[in-house]
Amino acid sequence: MGLEFIQLSLVPLLVAILASIICALPGNFLLLRRQSLMGDAVSHVVLPGVVGAFVMTGSLSTVPMMLGAAIAAVIAIALIETIRRLGKVEPGAAMGVVFTALFALGVLWLELSRSSSVHLDVEHVLYGNLENLIWLDAQGWDALIDPQALAGLPAALPRLLALLLVVAVSLAVLWRALVAGTFDPAFAASVGAKPGLTGMTLLVIVALAAVAAFEAVGAIIVVAMFICPAAGARLMTNRLGPQIAWSIAFAVAAALLGYVSAALLPTWLGLAHTVSAAGMIPVVGGLLLLLAAWAGPCRSAIQD
Amino acid sequence: MNALFEALLMQAGFNTALVCIGAALLGAAAGGVGTFILLRRRSLASDAAGHATLPGLTAAFIIMAWLTGDGRWMPALMVGAAISAGLGLAAVHALAARTRLPEEAAIGAVLSVFFGAGVVLMTVVQVIGTGGQAGIATYLLGSAAGMLRHEAALIAAMAFATAVAAFLLRRPLTMLCFDEDFAAMNGVAVRWIDLALSALLLAVVVTGLKVVGLVLSVALSIIPPVAARFWTNRVHHMVIVAAAIGATGGYVGAAVSSAAHNLPTGAVIVLTLFTLFIVSLLFAPARGLLAGVWRHQVFRRRVHRRQGLLALARGEAIYDGFTLRVLRSAGWIRRDGVPTQTGRRAAREAARDEALWALHRQRQPGDGAFRYYHRVMPIRAVLPPDVVRDLERQFDLADVAAAREPRRGA
Amino acid sequence: MTNIPDTPGKRTGDEGWALSIQGLTVSYGAQAVVFSVDWRVPRESMSVIVGPNGAGKSTLLKAMLGIIPAVSGEVRIFGQPFASQRDRIAYVPQRASVDWDFPASVFDVVAMGQYRELGWWRRRRAQHRAHVLECLERVGMRDFADRQIGQLSGGQRQRVFMARALAQRADIYVLDEPFAGVDAATERALVEVLRSVVREGATVLCVHHDLATVTEYFQHVLLLNVRRIAAGPVHEVFTEALLQETYGGRLTALQLARMPDQARPTPSETPLAKVS
Repeated sequence: MGLEFIQLSLVPLLVAILASIICALPGNFLLLRRQSLMGDAVSHVVLPGVVGAFVMTGSLSTVPMMLGAAIAAVIAIALIETIRRLGKVEPGAAMGVVFTALFALGVLWLELSRSSSVHLDVEHVLYGNLENLIWLDAQGWDALIDPQALAGLPAALPRLLALLLVVAVSLAVLWRALVAGTFDPAFAASVGAKPGLTGMTLLVIVALAAVAAFEAVGAIIVVAMFICPAAGARLMTNRLGPQIAWSIAFAVAAALLGYVSAALLPTWLGLAHTVSAAGMIPVVGGLLLLLAAWAGPCRSAIQD
Repeated sequence: MNALFEALLMQAGFNTALVCIGAALLGAAAGGVGTFILLRRRSLASDAAGHATLPGLTAAFIIMAWLTGDGRWMPALMVGAAISAGLGLAAVHALAARTRLPEEAAIGAVLSVFFGAGVVLMTVVQVIGTGGQAGIATYLLGSAAGMLRHEAALIAAMAFATAVAAFLLRRPLTMLCFDEDFAAMNGVAVRWIDLALSALLLAVVVTGLKVVGLVLSVALSIIPPVAARFWTNRVHHMVIVAAAIGATGGYVGAAVSSAAHNLPTGAVIVLTLFTLFIVSLLFAPARGLLAGVWRHQVFRRRVHRRQGLLALARGEAIYDGFTLRVLRSAGWIRRDGVPTQTGRRAAREAARDEALWALHRQRQPGDGAFRYYHRVMPIRAVLPPDVVRDLERQFDLADVAAAREPRRGA
Repeated sequence: MTNIPDTPGKRTGDEGWALSIQGLTVSYGAQAVVFSVDWRVPRESMSVIVGPNGAGKSTLLKAMLGIIPAVSGEVRIFGQPFASQRDRIAYVPQRASVDWDFPASVFDVVAMGQYRELGWWRRRRAQHRAHVLECLERVGMRDFADRQIGQLSGGQRQRVFMARALAQRADIYVLDEPFAGVDAATERALVEVLRSVVREGATVLCVHHDLATVTEYFQHVLLLNVRRIAAGPVHEVFTEALLQETYGGRLTALQLARMPDQARPTPSETPLAKVS
């Protein structure tokens, strides 16, 4: 198992776990702010941002992609707010208009600017890219400390490590303003906690997380990474700190169990083929959520 | 280009024409049903329904492939899709009702988890190896170009049937959207009609799978009604406008996508609808953006004129730049800020108008006409002339004590 | 006589007032919700805004505090432009905008009042924690510090929000319907806290819904119904005629009768359109 595991499965597994954590962290706040579906919307709208960055720079390097995603998110949020106010429609409908249109734009743009040199096509957008994250330069466990082998590491892994740091630090900085703005926006505005700006920044962080998770599981399944761990955690506790901790635990469990059951279990059971890890991760995440909904200590609706 | 015009004008062959008509009918049905869903505030539940079709779709494929060797029989796929979408909607409802989670979180969870399960089943299809995965992939983003004649005919028929069903149910649906309790008291079986609405939604989603794809199917139910919102406030009109917008988007999108085979139909249709939406947002006279901005500017000028004139009448200094500009452009003050003859007269008029309103408020405190008072409209334009004459008479009698001379020396 | 002052924008004479509003107009669409309101709130006073539903009272507060934009008008705090004096004001909004499901304890909520002081980076030290507990003590909620905010009654929640305002160490306290939906004991306790804060040199401004207690609690009043109907000391302005004008004639004899004797003014013939 050793060599095959390190070369074929180690990096995808780590990428899946990191992506899960990166999404679960802001997912907690999305859930508390009743903006989980903004997570859905943002995951869809980053597509034209990424395609735009790719078209303009000809490559899939980190900074242009993140920048493209952030810009797309900001434009989308502004559009959603405008539509909500002018049309006096519910936020869900405004979101639906914007994210479907921007996603369609991204898909079309992608088709029209197809390049065989760079690995970005509609399948990857929908299901992610985990199985291609192979590390053939690794010849054993000592490759982890061998600089030459590390040079051949798929770019996704160091990118996600960096992004985890960025997301964690950003949330730490935003923490007080976010808490005040979510609990009582009118009060927060009066003490200069700028709830509008804070909310926008949170969504930009969500956009960055979405781009990162893109290559793990694709645009649609990333929504499960934003919602399921945080939702499960919410049903386990009434306090914010423990909720974050639970969400990280659920995220890691979903990624680990999901990947193992899809990519490794079939081989261990002697079956000839594996199934999609990108698909299995949300399925496990959903099962964990169901477990929390059935048995979690804080699952029932509060009687006010 | 030629191919595009041919497709748009129904010159590109019977197949293409049938597909375009089917797409138009689908758009109309989706727009109409979507209006009721929007009014019932359930728009994003359609997203859950759309994505939740994938596992059922794929499972049906696997079963059909096992039974008949070829999984691609559309009616079976539609049935499978409808069943899993129905389960998805039920799961959303259960999660939201039995836990503290908000409905929108339940929608997102179901949407992505079911989609993930579908993706897992798709890899199983790949293993079975009947070339099925490519077949199923067309249901993700839609493919008008690859549609067979009998498939297009089925889609057109189903869309038509859905539209007819929505039309037949329009009265109870409208009542339900306005006021649930009132509807219940007037004999509308609320739970059944809600179920019917969900069934109509499922029909729209399932019919549109091959046309617009399951990822974007929600767009067909959301964009036309939201666009129609800018044109009208009335439900009947909204349904008609939404159906028209949906039909146009469906038709044009299918035509363009038939001419250009590599463009996913769903994306083209959605972008067509979005263009129509932007046009509605900007230019619709009832609630469009430009109309609103214009109305606000008109009001703002009126407010500043009135405040400026009142300040002139009281001899107060005016600091606000916009007020000064407005007064200048009306010829009421000179460049240096000294009021002109007409300005002084206008100021007296404005002060008198305010005083008459105040007198009216004292005598008739509850009068509904005060709505217009708050729109800064002159009393003469609002109240009947004999009432105004009466007020003037009373005001002039009290005038000696209460009327002010503009104070000298600011 | 010119209407443009020699030094535009530099008005003098407002320093003696805690709050000075000139010509404030706020609109919703093409309709004025608040029109051309002038008012000056004296320092170290308990002032109140009174008017019927839809009169624009909350809107006036929010426009004053810069939370919503105004079509026209100017606000000054202690004679200075509003923007420079923001941190001297503590605002207690109506409870409607609060998310009661949020996982926060009573202590957490009061601690949010220290946001201006701490920003996002300063550590919350022992002295900050002690101040939070002091504020809780003042409103009688010290023992509830660890309770979830969602589990409290209406009166207890309002006490916590008052403590949050106290934590801001402000010079002006602006409260929107602080006693709505609150039990009698809490109302008495909160009025006492407000009075103590005024004794310490602050100014209090409330929107208040209960006409029967206006003269007991407050010294200065603004009668508002989109436009300013009248303003001034309570004993001068809080008259039946002006109240009827403000409330569009909808005040019933019962409501007037419920006001305490010394507080109920004698019906009087007031002159037209008071402008100060």
